Amino acid sequence: MNSILSGFTRAFELIFHLNAELFGIILLSLKVSGSALVIATVLGLPFGALLGLKRFPGRDLAISIVNTLMGLPPVVVGLFVYLILSRKGALGFLGLLYSPSAMVIAQSVLAIPIITALCHSAIVNVDPLIRQASRTLGATPGQETLAIIHEARYGIISAIVAAFGRVMAEVGAILIVGGNIAGYTRVMTTTIALETDKGNFELALALGVILLLLSFVVNAVLHAVQRKGMVPSP
Amino acid sequence: MRLHVSHITKSYGNKAILSDCSCVFGKPGTYVLMGPNGCGKSTFLRICALLEQQDSGEIAYFDDSSALVKDITLKRRITLVLPRTGVFNTTVFQNVAYGLRIRGLDRPVIKKKIDAALDFVGLAPKAGQHGRTLSSGETQRLGIARALVLEPEVLFLDEPTASIDEENTCIIESIIGSLKKEGRSTIIMTTHDRDQAKRVGDVLLVMKNGRMEGLDLQ
Repeated sequence: MNSILSGFTRAFELIFHLNAELFGIILLSLKVSGSALVIATVLGLPFGALLGLKRFPGRDLAISIVNTLMGLPPVVVGLFVYLILSRKGALGFLGLLYSPSAMVIAQSVLAIPIITALCHSAIVNVDPLIRQASRTLGATPGQETLAIIHEARYGIISAIVAAFGRVMAEVGAILIVGGNIAGYTRVMTTTIALETDKGNFELALALGVILLLLSFVVNAVLHAVQRKGMVPSP
Repeated sequence: MRLHVSHITKSYGNKAILSDCSCVFGKPGTYVLMGPNGCGKSTFLRICALLEQQDSGEIAYFDDSSALVKDITLKRRITLVLPRTGVFNTTVFQNVAYGLRIRGLDRPVIKKKIDAALDFVGLAPKAGQHGRTLSSGETQRLGIARALVLEPEVLFLDEPTASIDEENTCIIESIIGSLKKEGRSTIIMTTHDRDQAKRVGDVLLVMKNGRMEGLDLQ
């Protein structure tokens, strides 16, 4: 019990004294997860919109696959990305393994299905009358699509925030493809795992507290977005 | 205004909705299309308003003799108000602004036009209110304001008072009356209320089993 308490005390000391190592780790975490989120949004949002707006052969199958991929185990993703990026893999020539880029790829793979599936769900739940309304008011097909996406905006923002939460908390995949190299690929979650193994609870707890704070901020943003999207009482 | 509808047919699956339906809307005025539920009035209106495509037959607007009119410029000269108005998740003002914004109008012009349109339908005091908090009658008036602000040459109204209370029905009828006086748009509306048709219409058209059966000039 004492070690936990002293761990927390030391953790807050590290946070409030702006420990350079700690902030390097936090910064890299945000960089990797932020980049992955941008990539996943750029790819996942249009695909989710396509699934929500268009009818085409294989659409139902695509939706089922995307929904299944939402629950992808991170270690499995890590394994596949590792195999692809390893020297004998299809993209081995790029030399990305054990680099932040490999971690971005792994997190993107995890986030794309989440953003795609949740964006599809947000768009498909837009009242069909909205499409008709925009059409009757003289919208071109492109303007019609934008009107629907605009109606689904709160759901889409929620999807992006949810994906961010998932990649920030992820450890399995980035540990496999990043290697947890100090000062290069060491991020918050991998550091917590490593420092716990070593019995160095202070840094692990400090990072745990920060992860919790980030999770709180993410959820607060999500809640605020959802509240904004709600129709006020008459 | 000239709308020439000739030999339109439309089916959904095996069910024929419109069969060889023809009509000419020549002079400006208010045309009221009557008929029992399911006779094809709404489908006819949606096809005339270019919201749906007919299976066969021709529609020619204004002086355009092309058989199939898909041009966005033409579509923007006509507007349809549906029986249930799809309200965008924003304020009443922004709802009315939508059609003007997609036409690329300047903000001051948009503001001026919206103020006038909301005033016309009696929703000016609710401009800042969320559109989805309006009553069903007010929502229908919002749908009309959204269409009127675009100053369409032809305004289609599909059962505009079908699901609203008596008070709002009176307000909408008086809006139609004011529009008639102004003479800005030709109005083509559907209703199954014969008394309402007589109150607001210049020309009554009767539809039965997917065909235009008769024309009752007042």
